[in-house]
Amino acid sequence: MSGIMVKNITKKFGDFVAVNNVSFDVREGELAALLGPSGSGKSTLLRVIAGLENPDMGQIFLTGKDVTPLRTQKRNVGFVFQHYALFKHMTVEKNIAFGLEIQKKDKKEIKQKVEELIDLVKLNGYNKHYPSQLSGGQRQRVALARALATEPKVLLLDEPFGSLDAKVRKNLAQWIRDLHSRVNVTSVFVTHDQNEAIEISDKIIVINRGKVEQIGNATDVYEHPKSKFVASFVGNVNVINANIKKNYIVITGTKEKIQFKEKTGINFQNIVLLIRPEDIIIKDNSTEDTVPCIINGIYYRGSFYEVDLKVGTNNVKSLVPKENFFKFEWQKGEKVYVRFRKFKIFEASEGHKKVHEMLKQLGYIE
Amino acid sequence: MENKTNCVEIVRKQKQTGKWILISVVLLWFFVLIIFPLIGIVMETFKNAISVITSSLSSTASTHAFWLTILITFVAVIINTIFGTIMAIVFAKQNFKGKLFLESLIDLPFAVSPIVAGFMFVILFGPGGWIGSWFYSMNIKIIYALPGMIIATLFVTLPFVAKEIIPVLREFGIEQDEAALILGASQWQIFWKVTLPSIRWGLAYGVTLTIARSIGEFGAVLVVSGSIINKTQTATLRIHDQFTDLNYAGAFSAALILALISFIILNLIQYAQKRKERI
Repeated sequence: MSGIMVKNITKKFGDFVAVNNVSFDVREGELAALLGPSGSGKSTLLRVIAGLENPDMGQIFLTGKDVTPLRTQKRNVGFVFQHYALFKHMTVEKNIAFGLEIQKKDKKEIKQKVEELIDLVKLNGYNKHYPSQLSGGQRQRVALARALATEPKVLLLDEPFGSLDAKVRKNLAQWIRDLHSRVNVTSVFVTHDQNEAIEISDKIIVINRGKVEQIGNATDVYEHPKSKFVASFVGNVNVINANIKKNYIVITGTKEKIQFKEKTGINFQNIVLLIRPEDIIIKDNSTEDTVPCIINGIYYRGSFYEVDLKVGTNNVKSLVPKENFFKFEWQKGEKVYVRFRKFKIFEASEGHKKVHEMLKQLGYIE
Repeated sequence: MENKTNCVEIVRKQKQTGKWILISVVLLWFFVLIIFPLIGIVMETFKNAISVITSSLSSTASTHAFWLTILITFVAVIINTIFGTIMAIVFAKQNFKGKLFLESLIDLPFAVSPIVAGFMFVILFGPGGWIGSWFYSMNIKIIYALPGMIIATLFVTLPFVAKEIIPVLREFGIEQDEAALILGASQWQIFWKVTLPSIRWGLAYGVTLTIARSIGEFGAVLVVSGSIINKTQTATLRIHDQFTDLNYAGAFSAALILALISFIILNLIQYAQKRKERI
């Protein structure tokens, strides 16, 4: 297979296991995101792919070839560093030409290629500028052009937008998405920003504590999280503590029950319901699938309202579209009812296999 | 209202006075310590007419002394530039056990008096010393000869290059090296194309300091050389020799030359320092 294949990679730093038996693959031409909190091992993984770190176990395949024993210089990957890592004493064109000069390419050819790339990253007229004379976004584009100059088989980007301000970041992210569809080089970028991952990647690999939590496209990861971690890391989520009693879910601190669709006949203490804010629907009157609650706060958020609610002892947030809000005109302190349109059940302490399996059969977890 | 402006005026005047006192103190200090002695040297030299100067400078002993200083400086600068750069790269980029201890040793030549250092080398490399006796049996003289003088100069100038480059390299970090590595560069290419250009002004600063110190070194070289005229006498030793022989004209003319050289080097140092700060 072409593209990138990561097979059972483990990387330790002393006693600390930074990457723990990770496997995944990225198809040719795909743009994949390695998403995880800081310290999750995602950057280490990227460095292992590039050959900047040696794995303790496992293999890396690039375009079908095992490159694990190859040195960095021989892997032909492009790498964009978080802090650009431009050569400070070289001009923009010298920076871009560096890789080609190392390859001892013909001078004319280098000049032409550099011009092409400067055009591609829209830095025309900046040829003779030094990195210190450029803005953050411009430096990032130089770094990108430099990485693409040697026509790498694989492009790796480490937090490519991490040190840019919000607006530049958004533009550049979209621009990279477009660029990727034009250049079409297999790419992996590391990010801790779930929005970035959702917006621009074909595939998201969620990493936590050195392990892969879930692999899938944006919809999979957002709509069908496979673990409590993924649900809470990708997107906002409300956590409600509850217990399962026979055929009901009983929310902690209330007598309120939500009935299961099918009879289960099981009892289980300490579970959590994970509900996205947009899946909490506020209603004026009680029906059999609603739970009473109190409005704690109402905040205007532009295109929608954010409503703080207290359900039993749990504080939750609901996102209400403007037109719904105007229809009912709720007030702070008012008693209302909520319906949970969609939710996931996980054990409060993850790793309890038996109940996990039972809940899985019920279709509440995957 | 008027009172208030008066107060402001008085405070302002007090500040002004303070400023001028400070400036005068600095100027006085400069004159007493630097300008007066310099003028003194020049005056003293010229008083004894130019013929005396030229004759004392063109004496074989003086010429020899200057050439010896130049030779020792040249060798010391070459060796310490290469070794200092390697040392700096090792300390700034590698991690190994005992690194902190070794790094603290770089400062040792600053802390040890040059005379003490000289004695150290006499004990080590002298005919009775445990390294010196071996060389002696091979018929190679180190103490009271050129090799000893070079070793002593190397010792006192050891910290300059490394000390200047280490912080530059630390600040420089490892990312640019990694970027070059990924673009296919070998370690050798990384050194020449990436590392060296970014430390060049720090290096220039370190080298000028090394030159200045090598030319000016007195104590350590005096102990290991024995100051033998026409053999192991450097310019500073020559000045000292003539001074103790009451040959003031000779001492002053040689001193003037050294002072001039130092002045030029000082300007080079300042230039390198400014360039270093710019990047």
